Amino acid sequence: MDTNISFTLKVWRQNGPKEKGHFDTFEMKDIPGDTSFLEMLDILNEQLIEDNKEPFVFDHDCREGICGMCSLYVNGHPHGPAQGATTCQLYMRRFKDGDVITVEPWRSAAFPVIKDCMVDRSAFDKIIAAGGYTSVRTGQAQDANAILIPKENADEAMDCATCIGCGACVAACKNGSAMLFVSSKVSQLALLPQGRPEAARRAKAMVAKMEELGFGNCTNTRACEAECPKNESIANIARLNREFIKAKLAD
Amino acid sequence: MSQIDSKIPEGPLAEKWTNYKAHQKLVNPANKRKLDIIVVGTGLAGASAAASLGEMGFHVINFCIQDSPRRAHSIAAQGGINAAKNYQNDGDAVYRLFYDTIKGGDYRAREANVYRLAEVSAAIIDQCVAQGVPFAREYGGMLANRSFGGVQVSRTFYAKGQTGQQLLLGAYSSLMKEVNNGTVELHTRTEIEDIVVIDGRCRGVIAKNLVTGKLERYSAHAVCLATGGYGNTYFLSTNAMGCNCTAAIQAYRKGAYFANPCFVQIHPTCIPVHGDKQSKLTLMSESLRNDGRIWVPKKLEDAQKLQRGEIKGRDIPEEDRDYYLERRYPAFGNLVPRDVASRAAKERTDAGYGVNNTGLAVFLDFSEAFERLGRQRVDERYGNLFDMYQEITDVDPHDNPMMIFPAIHYTMGGLWVDYELETSITGLFALGECNFSDHGANRLGASALMQGLSDGYFVIPYTMQNYLADQIQVPRFSTDLPEFEEAEKAVQAEIDRIYNIKGDESVDSIHKKLYHIMWDYVGMARNAEGLKKALSMLKDLRKEFDEHVRIPGAKEGLNVELDKAIHLRDFITMGELIAYDALERNESCGGHFREESQTEEGEAKRDDENYMYVACWKYAGSDEKAPELLKENLDYQYIKVQVRNYKK
Repeated sequence: MDTNISFTLKVWRQNGPKEKGHFDTFEMKDIPGDTSFLEMLDILNEQLIEDNKEPFVFDHDCREGICGMCSLYVNGHPHGPAQGATTCQLYMRRFKDGDVITVEPWRSAAFPVIKDCMVDRSAFDKIIAAGGYTSVRTGQAQDANAILIPKENADEAMDCATCIGCGACVAACKNGSAMLFVSSKVSQLALLPQGRPEAARRAKAMVAKMEELGFGNCTNTRACEAECPKNESIANIARLNREFIKAKLAD
Repeated sequence: MSQIDSKIPEGPLAEKWTNYKAHQKLVNPANKRKLDIIVVGTGLAGASAAASLGEMGFHVINFCIQDSPRRAHSIAAQGGINAAKNYQNDGDAVYRLFYDTIKGGDYRAREANVYRLAEVSAAIIDQCVAQGVPFAREYGGMLANRSFGGVQVSRTFYAKGQTGQQLLLGAYSSLMKEVNNGTVELHTRTEIEDIVVIDGRCRGVIAKNLVTGKLERYSAHAVCLATGGYGNTYFLSTNAMGCNCTAAIQAYRKGAYFANPCFVQIHPTCIPVHGDKQSKLTLMSESLRNDGRIWVPKKLEDAQKLQRGEIKGRDIPEEDRDYYLERRYPAFGNLVPRDVASRAAKERTDAGYGVNNTGLAVFLDFSEAFERLGRQRVDERYGNLFDMYQEITDVDPHDNPMMIFPAIHYTMGGLWVDYELETSITGLFALGECNFSDHGANRLGASALMQGLSDGYFVIPYTMQNYLADQIQVPRFSTDLPEFEEAEKAVQAEIDRIYNIKGDESVDSIHKKLYHIMWDYVGMARNAEGLKKALSMLKDLRKEFDEHVRIPGAKEGLNVELDKAIHLRDFITMGELIAYDALERNESCGGHFREESQTEEGEAKRDDENYMYVACWKYAGSDEKAPELLKENLDYQYIKVQVRNYKK
């Protein structure tokens, strides 16, 4: 049976991208261990509203770990201390009575703060728009079984496609690099015959857009891989580099 | 005589859609770029529609409430997507998918729409594979399939337990391709607060920029709503936190009929409610019922020990387990449709056989599958779902059976649309879960993804051209027109009114009261007395909202509580619509169970004599007034209407 815990919660408050931020501190009492982290923040907000104060703002939506909307830097880790889980899948039983829990937004030049811990990740959409697709017109596709794809390739492509675009990799990286995100999409499509015809163009266009938007370079610290809630592998980055070099050599 | 014309094309069932496409009107390429189309929503239906219409050359303005189109709630669909490919050579065909869908929907869906859905289903799979959707494959490189509830073939395509995610990312990538090409103009973190009607045609929307809090006006030649369902009326559901029915209810207030609102799907396999602090319920995919077996103890004393926490599920010997679905429905067993499985769980827990501390849970057990297939093969199929379950409940499904209970999941009802997906407001279309069209009284598993993509990729690109063909001479609309002015003023007045209530109750606390009314009286089993009581309680709840809701913070700028309050205003109206419809429909069919209408064995009893119609509700000019009922009769010409039987 889960027990209740009490702890100190420090949350980042910031009124807008250009405003100065600060931490607010709250004492949370008797929170059941089977409460999710975001439900705990709901409890905090209900309390704030009761006191006629502005609730704490954070992004969240599906609360099942799949939409990629939730973010939050919890005690120095994107998505908190649990491995392979998003913040919405983090449960309070992971924490101990008397803990101090610090909540901050993603910090990256490419993800400006909108309010409190809500950040603007539209840069990711711009990278996908630059080339993260196959150029197929609606209704023109051949039969789905016309091209056989070895199970191993399909499974590996699926692992790459599991990326939820949350931005934890960028937040974890000391350089603010988006290489894990970009390489996962490039890898998924490079591994499938449907994605091959545009593989070179795609790799070049997505990398160029990433650089233009102010993301940093990759220096192989592997912090992204360690913090990714979907366990994306940096082997994808190696594959992206190969695709990129091949594309450049072909120029 | 039907009061409503659904514009079904002439000809035999199998030729209707082909005939329609052959005779519809077209718009030439030079004219397409002069025509604007608003698409609201970026889920499977919205994203696929926006991408396809943009690719055809129309100018598309696309909105979503999240920070990116890829977050739409379609992403959370787990199990799969149906298509009549017959890749398994198990006797599947377009007609069989059509038949299963009509039967699964308890004979309350339109034949022509459903046949078209089955007909285009195969092309959806082709399209998604070409986009690079990594569906599961067999060792030979062919696509793999699995089976879902309510059918006897394996026609479900899947990508692990993340099929919705992969299909949505496919549609999203096509959408972003069109954003890059300049045909789609994308507005994120933007909510639609109202539609604008000019001379009887829908010509635009009033949007709220959720970051700046400012109202914005957008005009277009046509508007498509693909804003999903209304499951969050019930507060606790498997829907994402942001899912709401504000745009749909606003369209209803402007004259769009709302069809079959009482057809709400209660999914049998969700993680049970654990306390009063919960904000959201988590679904466990229906695919689990392929290999998992559902049971409760045979002996009441065992159930009571489970409820007190004295024993665990694994302690109960095989002979003392009641596999009640296999017992009651031998032909379909654990794979009966969702409504049947949910009611059977309610029947057992009502009788006291629930297996957790609240008595509101049953077991879903994989021990037999582990023995039959080995742990590794079972984990390959369901590993991510087992992990998810363990993270939430702290119980490993390998050691102890999972506990599940029904929860609100999907809404079959929605804005009424004709064969062309056009609502009763000319120029306003509704796609995906937002409309009512294809699932009748109950949706089969893996059919929501199919319908969303069918509407977006393969239906609206044709019917929209047909609508716009005589609009090519109509120039772009100015948003300074008095109709826009008036609509924006009304939205602003409503925002001011709600903000200025300055009461003493949070939005969530009032929404939780709505949950209790809806779940207790308009939930899995309904009766006339309870529904009347609910309607009176909902009236009081609206009053409570109007006098007591509290919204802290500034009215300008980003204010999450203000936006939630607007949603809640519309959830209360939605709740009333569901209750009115449930009260009027004195029969049990699909997801709608009236206690007055059941057989001696407690099975649902449909009343085709009196209720074989689509109930279309027309707004009476005020939220306080009861809506008016119009009927679209359902005329089954090709399918023999039968009692839905999953026993043999």
